[in-house]
Amino acid sequence: MAVDAARFSLTPSPRTRRRKLINVLMQALATLAALAAVAVLALVIGSVAQRGASALSWDFFTKTAVTFGQSGGGVANALVGSLVIVALATAMAVPVGILIALYVSEFAPPRIADLSRLVLDVLNGLPSIIIGIFVFGLLVIGSGQAAWKGSFALAIIMLPLIARATQEVLALVPSSLREGALALGASRWRTVLGVVLPTSLGGILTGTVLAIARAAGETAPLLFTTSIAANAVTWDPRQPVLSIPYDIFILSESADPADHARAWALGFVLISFVLVTSLTARLLLVRYRKKLEG
Amino acid sequence: MSARVNAITSTPALRARRRLGDRFGDVFLHGLTGAAAAAAGALLVAIAWKIFDIAHPAISKYGFAFVTRQGWDAIHSRFGALDLIWGTLLTSFLALLIATPVSIAIGLYLSELAPRGARTVIASLVELLAAIPSVVLGLWGILVLGPFVGQDLGPWLHRHLGFIPLFDGTPQNAGILVAVLVLTIMIVPITSSICRELFLGVPTELEEGALALGATRWEMVRGVILPYTRTGVGAAVILGFGRAVGEAIAVTQVIGAGYGIHWSLFATGDTLASKLAEQYQSATTKIQTASLVYLAAILLVISLLVNLLAQVIVRRFSHQRTGGS
Amino acid sequence: MDTMGAVAPIEIAQAREAPLSASDREAVFETRGLTVSYGKAPAVSNVDLPIYRNLVTAIIGPSGCGKSTFLRSLNRMNDLIPSAKVDGEVLYHGQNIYGDGVDPVEVRRRIGMVFQKPNPFPKSIYDNVAWGLRVLGMKDDLDGRVERALTQAALWDEVKNRLKKGAFGLSGGQQQRLCLARAIAVEPDVVLLDEPASALDPIATTKIEDLMHELKNEYTLVIVTHNMQQAARVADMTAFFTLERTESGGHGVLVEYDETPKIFTQPDDKRTEGYVTGRFG
Repeated sequence: MAVDAARFSLTPSPRTRRRKLINVLMQALATLAALAAVAVLALVIGSVAQRGASALSWDFFTKTAVTFGQSGGGVANALVGSLVIVALATAMAVPVGILIALYVSEFAPPRIADLSRLVLDVLNGLPSIIIGIFVFGLLVIGSGQAAWKGSFALAIIMLPLIARATQEVLALVPSSLREGALALGASRWRTVLGVVLPTSLGGILTGTVLAIARAAGETAPLLFTTSIAANAVTWDPRQPVLSIPYDIFILSESADPADHARAWALGFVLISFVLVTSLTARLLLVRYRKKLEG
Repeated sequence: MSARVNAITSTPALRARRRLGDRFGDVFLHGLTGAAAAAAGALLVAIAWKIFDIAHPAISKYGFAFVTRQGWDAIHSRFGALDLIWGTLLTSFLALLIATPVSIAIGLYLSELAPRGARTVIASLVELLAAIPSVVLGLWGILVLGPFVGQDLGPWLHRHLGFIPLFDGTPQNAGILVAVLVLTIMIVPITSSICRELFLGVPTELEEGALALGATRWEMVRGVILPYTRTGVGAAVILGFGRAVGEAIAVTQVIGAGYGIHWSLFATGDTLASKLAEQYQSATTKIQTASLVYLAAILLVISLLVNLLAQVIVRRFSHQRTGGS
Repeated sequence: MDTMGAVAPIEIAQAREAPLSASDREAVFETRGLTVSYGKAPAVSNVDLPIYRNLVTAIIGPSGCGKSTFLRSLNRMNDLIPSAKVDGEVLYHGQNIYGDGVDPVEVRRRIGMVFQKPNPFPKSIYDNVAWGLRVLGMKDDLDGRVERALTQAALWDEVKNRLKKGAFGLSGGQQQRLCLARAIAVEPDVVLLDEPASALDPIATTKIEDLMHELKNEYTLVIVTHNMQQAARVADMTAFFTLERTESGGHGVLVEYDETPKIFTQPDDKRTEGYVTGRFG
């Protein structure tokens, strides 16, 4: 029985070879794109670490800036300022964010829940400078800047992040848990506060940490709300304070290389904080999700 | 807990009180959470209202002509947004032009090609790029990327592609091109992670159907995966555009605060957002402040439109997919 | 279907040509000691099975017996599952499809496949069929090729007026015939069908079965089915697989392979007999 060799051949024909070449080329391009993204990440972190780490010193963390031309000095006021602003913003955003998430996942009728999610997503998509101007118009015009006003602006940025993250973990809570509690005779609110919320605590925490990481690096909302500050450490949220991102912004625009060095050092502090927190939060979230999904 | 419940329900009076308490608790929690959700909606409305309120003097004085006028003359209080709208659209579109194919490629790599073990690691690294604060990226942009563009990349582009208006002019350390590159770096992690999710959502049966016909992986991607996820990728690109349009800080740091409408990427420029960030403190007159916030109002309208469009597409797309097959 | 089967005895295809004697048959496939494993666990083990040209070969057996795994190993679809490992040989016209220099793309181009769930592409009806042709460079007389494939799949009359419409608008049965048209448009040598009618209603199922009778004149067909009446109606040859329990779980083995009437009326093996009679007994 003669076998038609060409018809049944399984070795690649010239045409197939050409197609496979294109395939390999495209796969290489895709790999290259991913490598490029990782390379840019390494490049940015590398430059910041290389230029920033050397400028770090005890004085850097404990002293405030010196006047132009002198050496030494630190950024203690910006560090404390950022701490105050972000802590206060977290305190404002977390409870409201959780409440919104509870409403969306536990109480709202489907259409309202959809609308609420849309509102959160649109809020999340607003440029942060718009939020800065909003708070400027609402709280600063007429009465001046203050740290807590910056916190309010950051809280608006954190709110949708926390609410969305919380709502996503609430959706993962198995309905059997809810039904189990309700079947025991527990009322709705006891079920929500006593069973649903504690189960999702891990997820809420990681969502909050991610929101903090994002807020800590935001500059635009602080331009209008807490930027003109005295060169002294203050913990008083009613005073305008300096912050790390705003300080980097100002120092980066300066012509003095000493200022650039300080900017790099601050950038290093900020980027370390942001990367470590968001990385930890991500890892925790992955583990938490696995636990919930079983 | 059940022991406590039994103890409480043992006397009728306590049971009644408990029921009343529970009913109150239910209503209260429902009301409280509902109020929080309503507050978020109110916030969105308040933001829009406040922006237009502060901008009002400029809007009523200049009207729509503000949008089509060039120049920013504080001394004679003659303000126009056209330069800035041009700068915003040019930088955002060009950033998207680079970011879209790169994001699709990264999404494909992460969903189809990457070795299973490395997948999550590389995906997390790409997403970490999005976590870098824009002010730090701007710092890197002005002090590292800027000089590279001004002294190496720019001259090279000018030498080889100078006949294209985009690469005409003298490369500098700050300018549109640096802004475009910084924006690209900011958009890519966002759009690529959406693309990855979309590509992972393509049913295996479809991919197998293509491969079973004797298609290569790339032919399968082009013929099945990309058409299937077209809408979602479109929404991701629009979201990326929204992000690019609104970025103020990093752009301010690298774009060089220039005037006019140029095609050249080596020229300095300004965007709506960067102008706001630069001039916020130097505004002395009420009309100057109002004009600046008029820019914010334009930005707000663009960003609301872009976001709503993207969200509507995403929602309709996910409905289609869950309800379709 | 199943309720019908409970009362009617298994009906074996009547219009069958006189069976060829074994020496006249040309084997398209010959598997030799074929074992497919996922990770360390074999899913189907040590299968020796010839598949003959222009016949319909059915593969039947209880779930978990590795029928689908076996089928997917015939056109290297198992390559897509990272943990899958193939031992032994699958000879296709004498060449081992797992051999050196063999290209899976070429293999699949010659050995087409129709899946359990209709999986039309998110394209128009026309493009669903034309896509494979374009990819493989069979672009001469594209319209004619599309029409022929749709006609062969008995779908042309139903769709000729809406070729540019999306394929998702078709019914499940039409979608499955579209997938069949898509597979035969590229003129394969063999078409593998993995429970092609399991997601379809009885009328659509009958259409697919009728088609198989037509198509075997041009193609070699291998069908995996959990429905024994279907095997009895469409197949010339039937292979019965079963799950052999072992300490570490179990794996599929080939029990018996013969002409369909023999498998269903006088099987040699007790396990085959138990399976073909047990379910309806």
